[in-house]
Amino acid sequence: MDAGTHNPFVSEWNGVTAAPEEDVNRLITFTGVTKRYPDGTVAVHDLDLEIPAGRITVLVGPSGCGKTTTLRMVNRMIDPTTGTITVDGRDIREVDPPKLRRGIGYVIQQAGLFPHRTIIDNIATVPYLLHQDKKQARARALELMERVGLDTALAKRYPSQLSGGQQQRVGVARALAADPPIMLMDEPFSAVDPIVRHQLQDEFLRLQSEVEKTIVFVTHDIDEAVKLGHRIAVFQVGGVLAQYATPDELLANPANDFVRDFLGGDRGIRRLRFVQELDAEAAAEAAVQAADGGPPPPTDDEAATAGER
Amino acid sequence: MSAVLSPVAVGDSGEPLIRWDWIGRNSDIITHALNDHLVLAIVPVLVGLAVSLPIGLLCARYRWLYAPVVGITSVLYAIPAIALFVVLVAFTGLTRTTVIIPLTLYTLSVLVPAVVDGMDSVPEHVRQAATAMGFGTLRRLVQVELPIAVPVVMAGLRVATVSNISLVSVGALIGVGGLGQLFTDGFNRDFTTPIVVGIALIIALAIVADVLLLIVQRVLTPWARAGGSRRTERRAVRAELATPEEAAL
Repeated sequence: MDAGTHNPFVSEWNGVTAAPEEDVNRLITFTGVTKRYPDGTVAVHDLDLEIPAGRITVLVGPSGCGKTTTLRMVNRMIDPTTGTITVDGRDIREVDPPKLRRGIGYVIQQAGLFPHRTIIDNIATVPYLLHQDKKQARARALELMERVGLDTALAKRYPSQLSGGQQQRVGVARALAADPPIMLMDEPFSAVDPIVRHQLQDEFLRLQSEVEKTIVFVTHDIDEAVKLGHRIAVFQVGGVLAQYATPDELLANPANDFVRDFLGGDRGIRRLRFVQELDAEAAAEAAVQAADGGPPPPTDDEAATAGER
Repeated sequence: MSAVLSPVAVGDSGEPLIRWDWIGRNSDIITHALNDHLVLAIVPVLVGLAVSLPIGLLCARYRWLYAPVVGITSVLYAIPAIALFVVLVAFTGLTRTTVIIPLTLYTLSVLVPAVVDGMDSVPEHVRQAATAMGFGTLRRLVQVELPIAVPVVMAGLRVATVSNISLVSVGALIGVGGLGQLFTDGFNRDFTTPIVVGIALIIALAIVADVLLLIVQRVLTPWARAGGSRRTERRAVRAELATPEEAAL
Protein backbone atom coordinates (compact mmCIF):
# COMPACT_ATOMS: atom_id res chain seq x y z
CA MET A 1 0.00 0.00 0.00
CA ASP A 2 1.32 3.43 -0.90
CA ALA A 3 0.08 5.29 2.16
CA GLY A 4 3.64 6.05 3.18
CA THR A 5 3.51 9.62 1.91
CA HIS A 6 0.19 10.36 3.55
CA ASN A 7 -0.70 10.54 7.18
CA PRO A 8 -4.41 9.86 7.70
CA PHE A 9 -4.43 11.85 10.90
CA VAL A 10 -3.67 15.00 8.97
CA SER A 11 -6.55 14.58 6.60
CA GLU A 12 -8.71 13.84 9.60
CA TRP A 13 -8.20 17.35 10.84
CA ASN A 14 -8.01 19.11 7.47
CA GLY A 15 -11.72 19.76 7.25
CA VAL A 16 -11.83 21.02 10.79
CA THR A 17 -8.96 23.41 11.02
CA ALA A 18 -7.46 24.17 7.63
CA ALA A 19 -9.59 26.85 5.93
CA PRO A 20 -9.33 30.44 7.21
CA GLU A 21 -12.42 31.31 9.16
CA GLU A 22 -13.30 34.50 7.28
CA ASP A 23 -14.09 32.56 4.08
CA VAL A 24 -16.69 30.37 5.74
CA ASN A 25 -20.28 31.17 4.85
CA ARG A 26 -22.86 31.10 7.59
CA LEU A 27 -25.34 28.36 6.90
CA ILE A 28 -27.55 28.55 9.98
CA THR A 29 -28.29 31.81 11.77
CA PHE A 30 -30.23 32.53 14.93
CA THR A 31 -31.34 36.15 15.33
CA GLY A 32 -32.86 37.26 18.64
CA VAL A 33 -34.28 33.78 19.25
CA THR A 34 -36.16 33.20 22.50
CA LYS A 35 -38.09 30.10 23.52
CA ARG A 36 -40.48 30.61 26.40
CA TYR A 37 -42.78 27.79 27.47
CA PRO A 38 -46.40 28.40 28.56
CA ASP A 39 -45.41 27.84 32.21
CA GLY A 40 -43.03 30.79 31.94
CA THR A 41 -39.77 28.80 31.76
CA VAL A 42 -37.29 30.39 29.40
CA ALA A 43 -35.38 27.64 27.60
CA VAL A 44 -33.45 29.92 25.26
CA HIS A 45 -32.91 33.61 25.89
CA ASP A 46 -32.38 36.12 23.07
CA LEU A 47 -29.93 33.99 21.14
CA ASP A 48 -27.80 35.31 18.31
CA LEU A 49 -25.68 32.60 16.74
CA GLU A 50 -24.12 31.99 13.35
CA ILE A 51 -23.22 28.44 12.49
CA PRO A 52 -20.59 28.02 9.77
CA ALA A 53 -21.10 25.71 6.80
CA GLY A 54 -19.06 22.52 6.56
CA ARG A 55 -17.88 22.62 10.18
CA ILE A 56 -18.72 21.06 13.51
CA THR A 57 -20.29 23.52 15.90
CA VAL A 58 -20.74 22.17 19.41
CA LEU A 59 -23.42 23.40 21.80
CA VAL A 60 -22.32 22.58 25.32
CA GLY A 61 -23.60 23.30 28.80
CA PRO A 62 -25.22 21.79 31.88
CA SER A 63 -28.67 20.22 31.68
CA GLY A 64 -31.45 22.76 31.37
CA CYS A 65 -29.26 25.28 29.56
CA GLY A 66 -31.30 25.18 26.34
CA LYS A 67 -28.73 23.49 24.12
CA THR A 68 -31.08 20.73 22.98
CA THR A 69 -33.92 23.22 22.54
CA THR A 70 -31.61 25.30 20.35
CA LEU A 71 -30.74 22.23 18.28
CA ARG A 72 -34.35 21.20 17.86
CA MET A 73 -35.39 24.63 16.70
CA VAL A 74 -33.24 24.17 13.59
CA ASN A 75 -35.50 21.43 12.18
CA ARG A 76 -38.65 22.89 13.74
CA MET A 77 -39.15 20.10 16.25
CA ILE A 78 -39.61 23.18 18.46
CA ASP A 79 -40.67 26.58 17.16
CA PRO A 80 -39.17 29.68 18.80
CA THR A 81 -41.42 32.10 20.67
CA THR A 82 -39.71 35.10 19.08
CA GLY A 83 -36.81 35.64 16.72
CA THR A 84 -35.77 34.24 13.37
CA ILE A 85 -33.81 31.20 12.27
CA THR A 86 -32.52 30.95 8.73
CA VAL A 87 -30.97 28.05 6.90
CA ASP A 88 -29.01 28.98 3.80
CA GLY A 89 -30.54 32.46 3.97
CA ARG A 90 -34.09 31.20 4.10
CA ASP A 91 -36.44 31.69 7.04
CA ILE A 92 -37.33 28.15 8.13
CA ARG A 93 -40.85 29.23 9.10
CA GLU A 94 -41.59 29.35 5.37
CA VAL A 95 -40.75 25.68 4.94
CA ASP A 96 -43.20 22.84 5.63
CA PRO A 97 -41.65 20.99 8.65
CA PRO A 98 -41.57 17.45 7.16
CA LYS A 99 -39.96 18.81 4.01
CA LEU A 100 -37.43 20.84 5.99
CA ARG A 101 -36.57 17.79 8.14
CA ARG A 102 -35.92 15.50 5.19
CA GLY A 103 -33.08 17.83 4.26
CA ILE A 104 -31.53 17.78 7.74
CA GLY A 105 -29.89 14.68 9.19
CA TYR A 106 -30.72 13.88 12.81
CA VAL A 107 -28.87 11.64 15.25
CA ILE A 108 -29.93 11.16 18.87
CA GLN A 109 -28.56 9.52 21.98
CA GLN A 110 -30.58 6.27 21.92
CA ALA A 111 -30.14 6.10 18.12
CA GLY A 112 -33.94 6.04 17.69
CA LEU A 113 -33.77 3.22 15.17
CA PHE A 114 -37.00 1.64 13.98
CA PRO A 115 -37.14 -1.76 15.71
CA HIS A 116 -39.44 -3.21 13.03
CA ARG A 117 -37.18 -2.40 10.10
CA THR A 118 -33.95 -4.07 9.07
CA ILE A 119 -30.70 -2.13 9.31
CA ILE A 120 -30.60 -1.46 5.58
CA ASP A 121 -34.20 -0.19 5.57
CA ASN A 122 -33.52 1.93 8.63
CA ILE A 123 -30.65 3.60 6.82
CA ALA A 124 -32.70 4.13 3.66
CA THR A 125 -35.59 5.73 5.58
CA VAL A 126 -35.25 9.27 4.26
CA PRO A 127 -34.52 8.23 0.64
CA TYR A 128 -37.74 6.18 0.80
CA LEU A 129 -39.59 9.23 2.14
CA LEU A 130 -38.21 11.25 -0.76
CA HIS A 131 -39.52 8.54 -3.13
CA GLN A 132 -36.07 7.75 -4.40
CA ASP A 133 -35.52 4.54 -6.33
CA LYS A 134 -35.59 1.67 -3.83
CA LYS A 135 -32.71 -0.22 -5.39
CA GLN A 136 -30.49 2.84 -5.46
CA ALA A 137 -31.44 3.74 -1.90
CA ARG A 138 -30.41 0.27 -0.73
CA ALA A 139 -27.17 0.32 -2.66
CA ARG A 140 -26.39 3.66 -1.06
CA ALA A 141 -27.32 2.29 2.37
CA LEU A 142 -24.84 -0.58 1.95
CA GLU A 143 -22.16 1.87 0.90
CA LEU A 144 -22.89 3.97 4.00
CA MET A 145 -22.66 0.92 6.24
CA GLU A 146 -19.11 0.41 5.07
CA ARG A 147 -18.40 4.08 5.45
CA VAL A 148 -19.43 4.17 9.12
CA GLY A 149 -17.52 0.96 9.81
CA LEU A 150 -20.36 -1.57 9.85
CA ASP A 151 -20.11 -5.06 8.41
CA THR A 152 -22.61 -5.22 5.51
CA ALA A 153 -23.50 -8.73 6.69
CA LEU A 154 -25.61 -6.92 9.31
CA ALA A 155 -27.83 -5.36 6.63
CA LYS A 156 -30.72 -7.78 7.11
CA ARG A 157 -30.57 -7.80 10.90
CA TYR A 158 -32.90 -5.90 13.16
CA PRO A 159 -31.68 -3.14 15.52
CA SER A 160 -32.23 -5.27 18.63
CA GLN A 161 -29.57 -7.65 17.33
CA LEU A 162 -26.88 -4.95 17.32
CA SER A 163 -24.74 -3.57 20.13
CA GLY A 164 -25.18 0.01 21.33
CA GLY A 165 -22.12 1.19 19.40
CA GLN A 166 -23.29 -0.50 16.21
CA GLN A 167 -26.75 1.03 16.60
CA GLN A 168 -25.17 4.46 16.94
CA ARG A 169 -23.26 3.90 13.69
CA VAL A 170 -26.53 2.94 11.99
CA GLY A 171 -28.00 6.17 13.36
CA VAL A 172 -25.20 8.18 11.74
CA ALA A 173 -25.54 6.28 8.46
CA ARG A 174 -29.28 6.89 8.46
CA ALA A 175 -28.76 10.61 8.98
CA LEU A 176 -26.35 10.68 6.03
CA ALA A 177 -28.48 8.59 3.66
CA ALA A 178 -30.12 11.41 1.73
CA ASP A 179 -26.86 13.38 1.76
CA PRO A 180 -28.26 16.37 3.66
CA PRO A 181 -26.01 19.44 3.94
CA ILE A 182 -26.85 19.76 7.64
CA MET A 183 -26.70 17.23 10.48
CA LEU A 184 -28.10 17.74 13.95
CA MET A 185 -26.56 15.48 16.58
CA ASP A 186 -27.97 15.34 20.10
CA GLU A 187 -25.49 13.62 22.45
CA PRO A 188 -25.01 10.85 19.90
CA PHE A 189 -22.13 9.17 21.71
CA SER A 190 -23.23 9.64 25.34
CA ALA A 191 -24.98 6.30 25.82
CA VAL A 192 -22.03 4.08 24.89
CA ASP A 193 -19.08 3.14 27.08
CA PRO A 194 -15.98 5.40 27.08
CA ILE A 195 -13.82 3.17 24.86
CA VAL A 196 -16.47 2.85 22.17
CA ARG A 197 -17.21 6.57 22.56
CA HIS A 198 -13.62 7.59 21.79
CA GLN A 199 -13.58 5.22 18.84
CA LEU A 200 -16.85 6.64 17.51
CA GLN A 201 -15.57 10.20 17.99
CA ASP A 202 -12.38 9.46 16.05
CA GLU A 203 -14.24 7.80 13.22
CA PHE A 204 -16.79 10.60 13.22
CA LEU A 205 -13.98 13.15 12.72
CA ARG A 206 -12.55 11.06 9.89
CA LEU A 207 -15.97 10.76 8.27
CA GLN A 208 -16.63 14.49 8.64
CA SER A 209 -13.33 15.27 6.94
CA GLU A 210 -14.70 13.36 3.93
CA VAL A 211 -18.28 14.61 3.87
CA GLU A 212 -17.83 18.14 5.30
CA LYS A 213 -21.38 18.55 6.55
CA THR A 214 -22.59 21.48 8.57
CA ILE A 215 -22.92 19.82 11.94
CA VAL A 216 -24.59 21.10 15.06
CA PHE A 217 -23.53 18.83 17.91
CA VAL A 218 -24.99 18.91 21.41
CA THR A 219 -23.10 17.50 24.39
CA HIS A 220 -22.74 18.08 28.12
CA ASP A 221 -19.16 16.79 27.98
CA ILE A 222 -16.61 19.58 27.62
CA ASP A 223 -13.86 17.13 26.60
CA GLU A 224 -16.01 15.92 23.73
CA ALA A 225 -16.75 19.54 22.79
CA VAL A 226 -13.05 20.45 22.69
CA LYS A 227 -12.19 17.30 20.75
CA LEU A 228 -14.87 17.65 18.08
CA GLY A 229 -15.76 21.32 17.85
CA HIS A 230 -14.50 23.77 15.31
CA ARG A 231 -16.45 26.29 17.31
CA ILE A 232 -18.00 25.83 20.74
CA ALA A 233 -21.07 27.60 22.09
CA VAL A 234 -21.21 27.39 25.89
CA PHE A 235 -24.71 27.79 27.29
CA GLN A 236 -25.57 28.53 30.90
CA VAL A 237 -28.80 27.79 32.76
CA GLY A 238 -31.62 30.05 31.60
CA GLY A 239 -30.74 29.55 27.96
CA VAL A 240 -28.10 32.29 27.85
CA LEU A 241 -25.17 31.94 25.49
CA ALA A 242 -22.15 32.50 27.71
CA GLN A 243 -19.43 32.27 25.09
CA TYR A 244 -19.04 31.33 21.45
CA ALA A 245 -15.46 30.71 20.40
CA THR A 246 -12.92 28.28 19.00
CA PRO A 247 -11.75 25.63 21.50
CA ASP A 248 -8.36 27.31 21.91
CA GLU A 249 -9.85 30.74 22.51
CA LEU A 250 -12.34 29.25 24.95
CA LEU A 251 -9.66 27.50 26.98
CA ALA A 252 -7.33 30.53 26.91
CA ASN A 253 -9.90 33.24 27.67
CA PRO A 254 -13.10 32.07 29.37
CA ALA A 255 -15.63 34.88 29.10
CA ASN A 256 -16.88 34.66 32.70
CA ASP A 257 -16.80 32.66 35.93
CA PHE A 258 -19.47 30.28 34.72
CA VAL A 259 -17.44 29.30 31.66
CA ARG A 260 -14.28 29.01 33.76
CA ASP A 261 -16.05 26.71 36.23
CA PHE A 262 -17.62 24.68 33.46
CA LEU A 263 -14.26 24.13 31.79
CA GLY A 264 -13.03 22.83 35.13
CA GLY A 265 -9.80 23.02 37.10
CA ASP A 266 -7.67 21.17 34.57
CA ARG A 267 -8.36 23.79 31.91
CA GLY A 268 -4.66 24.65 31.62
CA ILE A 269 -3.69 21.01 31.02
CA ARG A 270 -6.54 20.58 28.58
CA ARG A 271 -5.41 23.61 26.61
CA LEU A 272 -1.83 22.49 26.65
CA ARG A 273 -2.82 19.11 25.26
CA PHE A 274 -5.06 20.72 22.67
CA VAL A 275 -2.39 23.18 21.50
CA GLN A 276 0.23 20.45 21.36
CA GLU A 277 -2.02 18.35 19.18
CA LEU A 278 -2.60 21.27 16.88
CA ASP A 279 1.15 21.96 16.66
CA ALA A 280 1.94 18.33 15.98
CA GLU A 281 -0.67 18.21 13.26
CA ALA A 282 0.47 21.47 11.70
CA ALA A 283 4.03 20.14 11.64
CA ALA A 284 2.94 16.83 10.14
CA GLU A 285 0.81 18.61 7.59
CA ALA A 286 3.67 20.88 6.58
CA ALA A 287 5.92 17.87 6.20
CA VAL A 288 3.37 16.03 4.06
CA GLN A 289 2.76 19.06 1.87
CA ALA A 290 6.49 19.59 1.41
CA ALA A 291 6.83 15.94 0.39
CA ASP A 292 3.76 15.88 -1.87
CA GLY A 293 4.08 19.35 -3.27
CA GLY A 294 0.40 19.88 -2.54
CA PRO A 295 -2.61 18.47 -0.74
CA PRO A 296 -3.04 14.71 -1.14
CA PRO A 297 -5.47 13.50 -3.82
CA PRO A 298 -8.73 12.05 -2.49
CA THR A 299 -8.05 8.54 -3.83
CA ASP A 300 -4.99 8.37 -1.64
CA ASP A 301 -7.17 9.33 1.29
CA GLU A 302 -9.57 6.50 0.57
CA ALA A 303 -6.78 4.02 0.20
CA ALA A 304 -5.43 5.04 3.57
CA THR A 305 -8.87 4.68 5.16
CA ALA A 306 -9.45 1.29 3.57
CA GLY A 307 -6.08 0.21 4.84
CA GLU A 308 -7.07 1.10 8.39
CA ARG A 309 -9.87 -1.45 8.34
CA MET B 1 -85.70 -28.08 17.62
CA SER B 2 -84.52 -31.27 19.23
CA ALA B 3 -86.95 -33.24 17.11
CA VAL B 4 -84.12 -34.13 14.79
CA LEU B 5 -82.02 -35.54 17.57
CA SER B 6 -82.50 -39.22 18.22
CA PRO B 7 -84.35 -39.82 21.46
CA VAL B 8 -82.40 -41.82 23.99
CA ALA B 9 -83.70 -43.32 27.13
CA VAL B 10 -81.95 -41.67 30.05
CA GLY B 11 -81.35 -43.53 33.22
CA ASP B 12 -79.36 -42.64 36.31
CA SER B 13 -77.18 -45.61 35.70
CA GLY B 14 -76.11 -47.22 32.50
CA GLU B 15 -76.08 -43.97 30.45
CA PRO B 16 -72.50 -43.34 29.23
CA LEU B 17 -70.93 -39.88 29.35
CA ILE B 18 -70.70 -39.88 25.60
CA ARG B 19 -72.52 -41.89 22.94
CA TRP B 20 -70.29 -42.00 19.89
CA ASP B 21 -73.06 -43.13 17.56
CA TRP B 22 -74.98 -39.90 18.34
CA ILE B 23 -72.10 -37.86 16.94
CA GLY B 24 -72.14 -39.73 13.64
CA ARG B 25 -75.88 -39.45 13.26
CA ASN B 26 -75.95 -35.72 14.04
CA SER B 27 -72.84 -34.54 12.23
CA ASP B 28 -74.89 -32.08 10.14
CA ILE B 29 -76.21 -30.37 13.24
CA ILE B 30 -72.78 -30.28 14.83
CA THR B 31 -71.13 -28.82 11.71
CA HIS B 32 -73.84 -26.21 11.44
CA ALA B 33 -73.43 -25.25 15.10
CA LEU B 34 -69.66 -25.04 14.66
CA ASN B 35 -69.96 -22.71 11.65
CA ASP B 36 -72.43 -20.55 13.53
CA HIS B 37 -70.09 -20.46 16.48
CA LEU B 38 -67.16 -19.34 14.36
CA VAL B 39 -69.08 -16.49 12.78
CA LEU B 40 -70.51 -15.38 16.11
CA ALA B 41 -67.03 -15.41 17.66
CA ILE B 42 -65.03 -13.78 14.88
CA VAL B 43 -67.35 -11.03 13.66
CA PRO B 44 -67.50 -9.28 17.07
CA VAL B 45 -63.68 -9.37 17.35
CA LEU B 46 -63.24 -7.82 13.90
CA VAL B 47 -65.90 -5.18 14.47
CA GLY B 48 -64.53 -4.62 17.97
CA LEU B 49 -61.02 -4.09 16.58
CA ALA B 50 -62.32 -1.66 13.95
CA VAL B 51 -64.08 0.33 16.70
CA SER B 52 -61.25 0.06 19.26
CA LEU B 53 -58.54 1.24 16.91
CA PRO B 54 -59.77 4.83 16.46
CA ILE B 55 -60.95 5.02 20.09
CA GLY B 56 -57.62 3.67 21.35
CA LEU B 57 -55.64 6.05 19.15
CA LEU B 58 -57.67 9.00 20.42
CA CYS B 59 -57.12 7.86 24.02
CA ALA B 60 -53.39 7.47 23.41
CA ARG B 61 -53.23 10.98 22.01
CA TYR B 62 -55.62 12.70 24.41
CA ARG B 63 -54.88 11.03 27.73
CA TRP B 64 -57.75 12.65 29.60
CA LEU B 65 -60.13 10.58 27.45
CA TYR B 66 -58.67 7.27 28.54
CA ALA B 67 -60.04 7.00 32.11
CA PRO B 68 -63.66 7.77 31.15
CA VAL B 69 -63.46 5.46 28.11
CA VAL B 70 -62.13 2.58 30.24
CA GLY B 71 -64.93 3.32 32.72
CA ILE B 72 -67.57 3.06 30.01
CA THR B 73 -66.18 -0.14 28.46
CA SER B 74 -65.91 -1.74 31.91
CA VAL B 75 -69.53 -0.90 32.69
CA LEU B 76 -70.55 -2.37 29.33
CA TYR B 77 -68.59 -5.49 30.16
CA ALA B 78 -70.40 -5.74 33.49
CA ILE B 79 -73.90 -5.73 31.94
CA PRO B 80 -75.14 -9.33 31.76
CA ALA B 81 -75.65 -10.57 28.22
CA ILE B 82 -79.21 -11.54 28.97
CA ALA B 83 -80.10 -7.97 29.89
CA LEU B 84 -78.68 -6.73 26.60
CA PHE B 85 -80.57 -9.45 24.72
CA VAL B 86 -83.84 -8.37 26.28
CA VAL B 87 -83.28 -4.81 25.13
CA LEU B 88 -81.91 -5.71 21.70
CA VAL B 89 -84.50 -8.32 20.77
CA ALA B 90 -87.03 -5.51 20.51
CA PHE B 91 -84.95 -3.97 17.71
CA THR B 92 -83.07 -6.79 16.05
CA GLY B 93 -85.21 -9.83 16.90
CA LEU B 94 -83.88 -13.33 17.48
CA THR B 95 -81.02 -12.90 15.01
CA ARG B 96 -77.25 -13.17 14.98
CA THR B 97 -77.07 -9.37 15.21
CA THR B 98 -78.63 -9.54 18.65
CA VAL B 99 -75.77 -11.77 19.80
CA ILE B 100 -73.04 -9.97 17.88
CA ILE B 101 -73.74 -6.54 19.37
CA PRO B 102 -73.16 -7.45 23.07
CA LEU B 103 -70.14 -9.59 22.20
CA THR B 104 -68.67 -6.67 20.24
CA LEU B 105 -69.20 -4.36 23.20
CA TYR B 106 -67.44 -6.86 25.47
CA THR B 107 -64.33 -6.95 23.26
CA LEU B 108 -63.89 -3.19 23.68
CA SER B 109 -62.86 -3.61 27.31
CA VAL B 110 -59.90 -5.69 26.13
CA LEU B 111 -59.08 -4.13 22.78
CA VAL B 112 -59.17 -0.42 23.64
CA PRO B 113 -56.53 -0.84 26.38
CA ALA B 114 -54.57 -3.10 24.00
CA VAL B 115 -54.40 -0.32 21.39
CA VAL B 116 -53.43 2.28 24.01
CA ASP B 117 -50.76 -0.03 25.50
CA GLY B 118 -49.54 -0.77 21.97
CA MET B 119 -49.08 2.91 21.26
CA ASP B 120 -47.36 3.31 24.64
CA SER B 121 -44.96 0.53 23.64
CA VAL B 122 -43.51 2.79 20.92
CA PRO B 123 -40.33 4.24 22.47
CA GLU B 124 -40.42 8.04 22.65
CA HIS B 125 -37.00 8.33 20.98
CA VAL B 126 -38.24 6.27 18.04
CA ARG B 127 -41.27 8.53 17.67
CA GLN B 128 -39.03 11.61 17.82
CA ALA B 129 -36.56 10.20 15.34
CA ALA B 130 -39.43 9.51 12.93
CA THR B 131 -40.67 13.08 13.26
CA ALA B 132 -37.17 14.46 12.86
CA MET B 133 -36.62 12.49 9.67
CA GLY B 134 -39.66 14.04 8.08
CA PHE B 135 -42.55 11.67 8.71
CA GLY B 136 -45.90 13.49 8.80
CA THR B 137 -48.35 12.53 11.55
CA LEU B 138 -50.36 10.06 9.46
CA ARG B 139 -47.35 8.46 7.80
CA ARG B 140 -45.64 8.10 11.16
CA LEU B 141 -48.74 6.40 12.55
CA VAL B 142 -49.08 3.93 9.68
CA GLN B 143 -45.43 3.18 8.99
CA VAL B 144 -43.85 3.44 12.43
CA GLU B 145 -46.23 3.50 15.40
CA LEU B 146 -48.82 0.92 14.37
CA PRO B 147 -46.28 -1.69 13.20
CA ILE B 148 -44.43 -1.36 16.51
CA ALA B 149 -47.75 -1.64 18.39
CA VAL B 150 -48.69 -4.90 16.62
CA PRO B 151 -47.36 -7.39 19.23
CA VAL B 152 -49.26 -5.73 22.07
CA VAL B 153 -52.46 -5.31 20.03
CA MET B 154 -52.22 -8.92 18.86
CA ALA B 155 -51.93 -10.09 22.47
CA GLY B 156 -55.20 -8.28 23.21
CA LEU B 157 -56.77 -9.72 20.08
CA ARG B 158 -55.91 -13.23 21.19
CA VAL B 159 -57.50 -12.69 24.60
CA ALA B 160 -60.61 -11.18 23.01
CA THR B 161 -60.93 -14.02 20.49
CA VAL B 162 -60.52 -16.84 22.99
CA SER B 163 -62.87 -15.26 25.52
CA ASN B 164 -65.41 -14.62 22.76
CA ILE B 165 -65.31 -18.22 21.61
CA SER B 166 -66.47 -19.24 25.06
CA LEU B 167 -68.92 -16.33 25.41
CA VAL B 168 -70.82 -17.15 22.20
CA SER B 169 -72.61 -20.03 23.96
CA VAL B 170 -74.63 -17.51 25.91
CA GLY B 171 -76.52 -16.76 22.68
CA ALA B 172 -78.24 -20.10 23.19
CA LEU B 173 -80.50 -18.17 25.57
CA ILE B 174 -82.20 -16.73 22.48
CA GLY B 175 -81.56 -19.73 20.27
CA VAL B 176 -78.50 -18.28 18.50
CA GLY B 177 -75.64 -19.80 20.40
CA GLY B 178 -73.56 -21.82 17.95
CA LEU B 179 -72.21 -24.79 19.86
CA GLY B 180 -74.10 -23.47 22.88
CA GLN B 181 -77.20 -24.95 21.28
CA LEU B 182 -75.77 -28.35 22.08
CA PHE B 183 -75.69 -27.39 25.77
CA THR B 184 -79.35 -26.40 25.92
CA ASP B 185 -80.26 -29.53 24.01
CA GLY B 186 -78.31 -31.72 26.39
CA PHE B 187 -79.66 -30.02 29.51
CA ASN B 188 -83.25 -30.16 28.26
CA ARG B 189 -83.04 -33.87 27.76
CA ASP B 190 -80.64 -34.66 30.60
CA PHE B 191 -78.38 -36.13 27.94
CA THR B 192 -74.62 -35.56 28.34
CA THR B 193 -73.29 -36.41 24.88
CA PRO B 194 -74.12 -33.06 23.16
CA ILE B 195 -72.77 -31.17 26.18
CA VAL B 196 -69.46 -33.01 26.09
CA VAL B 197 -69.21 -32.57 22.30
CA GLY B 198 -69.97 -28.84 22.65
CA ILE B 199 -67.35 -28.31 25.35
CA ALA B 200 -64.71 -30.28 23.44
CA LEU B 201 -65.32 -28.36 20.23
CA ILE B 202 -65.29 -24.98 21.98
CA ILE B 203 -61.96 -25.78 23.61
CA ALA B 204 -60.54 -27.06 20.34
CA LEU B 205 -61.77 -23.95 18.53
CA ALA B 206 -60.18 -21.68 21.14
CA ILE B 207 -56.85 -23.47 20.88
CA VAL B 208 -56.83 -23.47 17.08
CA ALA B 209 -57.78 -19.77 16.94
CA ASP B 210 -55.08 -18.86 19.44
CA VAL B 211 -52.40 -20.78 17.58
CA LEU B 212 -53.47 -19.26 14.25
CA LEU B 213 -53.30 -15.75 15.71
CA LEU B 214 -49.89 -16.50 17.17
CA ILE B 215 -48.68 -17.58 13.74
CA VAL B 216 -50.12 -14.42 12.18
CA GLN B 217 -48.35 -12.36 14.81
CA ARG B 218 -45.02 -14.06 14.13
CA VAL B 219 -45.36 -13.52 10.40
CA LEU B 220 -46.30 -9.86 10.92
CA THR B 221 -43.51 -9.12 13.40
CA PRO B 222 -40.34 -11.04 12.56
CA TRP B 223 -38.41 -8.25 14.31
CA ALA B 224 -40.06 -8.93 17.68
CA ARG B 225 -38.27 -12.26 17.91
CA ALA B 226 -35.05 -10.91 16.48
CA GLY B 227 -33.68 -10.30 19.98
CA GLY B 228 -33.43 -14.09 20.19
CA SER B 229 -29.88 -14.27 18.94
CA ARG B 230 -28.81 -11.90 21.68
CA ARG B 231 -30.60 -13.93 24.30
CA THR B 232 -28.77 -16.94 22.98
CA GLU B 233 -25.52 -15.02 23.29
CA ARG B 234 -26.32 -14.12 26.87
CA ARG B 235 -27.07 -17.73 27.61
CA ALA B 236 -23.77 -18.67 26.04
CA VAL B 237 -22.00 -16.11 28.21
CA ARG B 238 -23.74 -17.42 31.30
CA ALA B 239 -22.76 -20.94 30.39
CA GLU B 240 -19.15 -19.83 29.99
CA LEU B 241 -19.24 -18.04 33.32
CA ALA B 242 -20.74 -21.08 34.98
CA THR B 243 -18.07 -23.44 33.72
CA PRO B 244 -15.16 -22.42 36.02
CA GLU B 245 -17.44 -22.52 39.05
CA GLU B 246 -18.58 -25.97 38.14
CA ALA B 247 -15.00 -26.97 37.58
CA ALA B 248 -14.15 -25.66 41.06
CA LEU B 249 -16.89 -27.79 42.53
